[in-house]
Amino acid sequence: MCSLEKKGNIFVLTLTGSGEHRLNPTLVDSIRSALRQIRAQSSSSSVLITTAQGKFFSNGYDLKWAQSSHSRLHLMDAKFRSIVADLISLPMPTIAAVTGHASGAGFILALSHDYVLMKRHRGFLYMSELDNQLVISAWFMALIKCKIGAPTSRRDVVLRADKVTADEAVKRGIIDSAYDSAEQTVEAAVGLGKKLVGRKWKGDVYAQIRMEVLSDVLDEIHIGNTGSKL
Amino acid sequence: MCTLEKRGNLFFLTLTGDDDHRLSPAVIDSLISSLSQVASQATRGSALITTAQGNRFFSNGFDLAWAQSAGSKSVAADRLNQMVVSFKPVVGALLSLPMPTIAALPGHAAAGGFLFALCHDYILMRSDRGVLYMSEVDLGLPFPDYFTVAMRSKIGSVSARRDVMLRGMKIKGEEAVRMGIVDSAHDSAESTVEAAVRLGEKLASRKWDGEVYAEIRKGLYPELCGVLGLAAKVITPNL
Repeated sequence: MCSLEKKGNIFVLTLTGSGEHRLNPTLVDSIRSALRQIRAQSSSSSVLITTAQGKFFSNGYDLKWAQSSHSRLHLMDAKFRSIVADLISLPMPTIAAVTGHASGAGFILALSHDYVLMKRHRGFLYMSELDNQLVISAWFMALIKCKIGAPTSRRDVVLRADKVTADEAVKRGIIDSAYDSAEQTVEAAVGLGKKLVGRKWKGDVYAQIRMEVLSDVLDEIHIGNTGSKL
Repeated sequence: MCTLEKRGNLFFLTLTGDDDHRLSPAVIDSLISSLSQVASQATRGSALITTAQGNRFFSNGFDLAWAQSAGSKSVAADRLNQMVVSFKPVVGALLSLPMPTIAALPGHAAAGGFLFALCHDYILMRSDRGVLYMSEVDLGLPFPDYFTVAMRSKIGSVSARRDVMLRGMKIKGEEAVRMGIVDSAHDSAESTVEAAVRLGEKLASRKWDGEVYAEIRKGLYPELCGVLGLAAKVITPNL
């Protein structure tokens, strides 16, 4: 599931285990409660680093669990909307240390962070939907639009289902920086985290500003979210 | 006019004639019916390449000469408006086309011609000749709303948008690539079309579901769908 550590003012949320960290209700609920704990425990300038064990950051929705059931897909979507909204309103900077593959909703989870650092050599970012004959929801598109600036890069990600390596992702402005190993990625995230904590920003002001920047995403998350308080 | 051919998986839509391929009412009608044919004949693994005959022009936009040949200023304005309005379904058809679309420009693309190119998923042009040019500011013509939305959706950089719309910049192939407007530039009309064919075949080989492709494309450009009145289609996922 996921584990939460606090090192000084730095919270580290780790998706644990060597599996694909598929975003089924169980994992999403566990992330949700970790985020709640973070809010409760953060008293001064803090930072969140989200990372994962194993070969995957997250391979997206748990389609096997959903088994083509509309209500199950809808449930995963509703729960995932909720944690992305939670991340967008989190009163501290957020850093995704992407140490493996991030595809579909897993890619969206990474992009939901203010900074994305990623490991090179293995692992890619991949909006797999087109290859799996799935349409991409409007709120995913809104996040992609807010986080990936160039229209051609957006097209390559969603309309060509490119498997984007870390170095390519830096070039295309999708992520911030790339590192040679998982350890170096997390180390760099901690280094960046310490720098951001040192700015001593007021968390609620930071969150307000972020929510303004991503207001289109929040609008889309709330439109069509019929099962929100799950 | 325009012709439609199918070679293997690839549809070729070609603006014909030795001239600057103006988007007159007749050409617009011909485009609408050709695109409708393409949509109805689409299968998994199809792709569209739009190009033009000759070596000098993709298209110089709406047929302003026809508009101006009207008796009065007001009829001229009506004629122009008629072309502007009747071109919207062409944009809508390209936006909803159930396959990847590639514009291969053998020469200049100006005003409506530039817009027509912009409505494709990929644009390839020549590096040796031909420019992209939104002539409106130079001609004293305001942009139709869907033109502005299309440019906002497809041209990302703020300075590029200003240069295209507010400066009437004539943009050559390599500059267009640098500005992120065009995907690649090639040293002749033939090599541009050849590259388009290679890209078309690569995209076609992914064998994407055309309906899903079209819905994802529409999701990428919600503002353009809005101004054209295009609704999203609900597709039941086949897991």
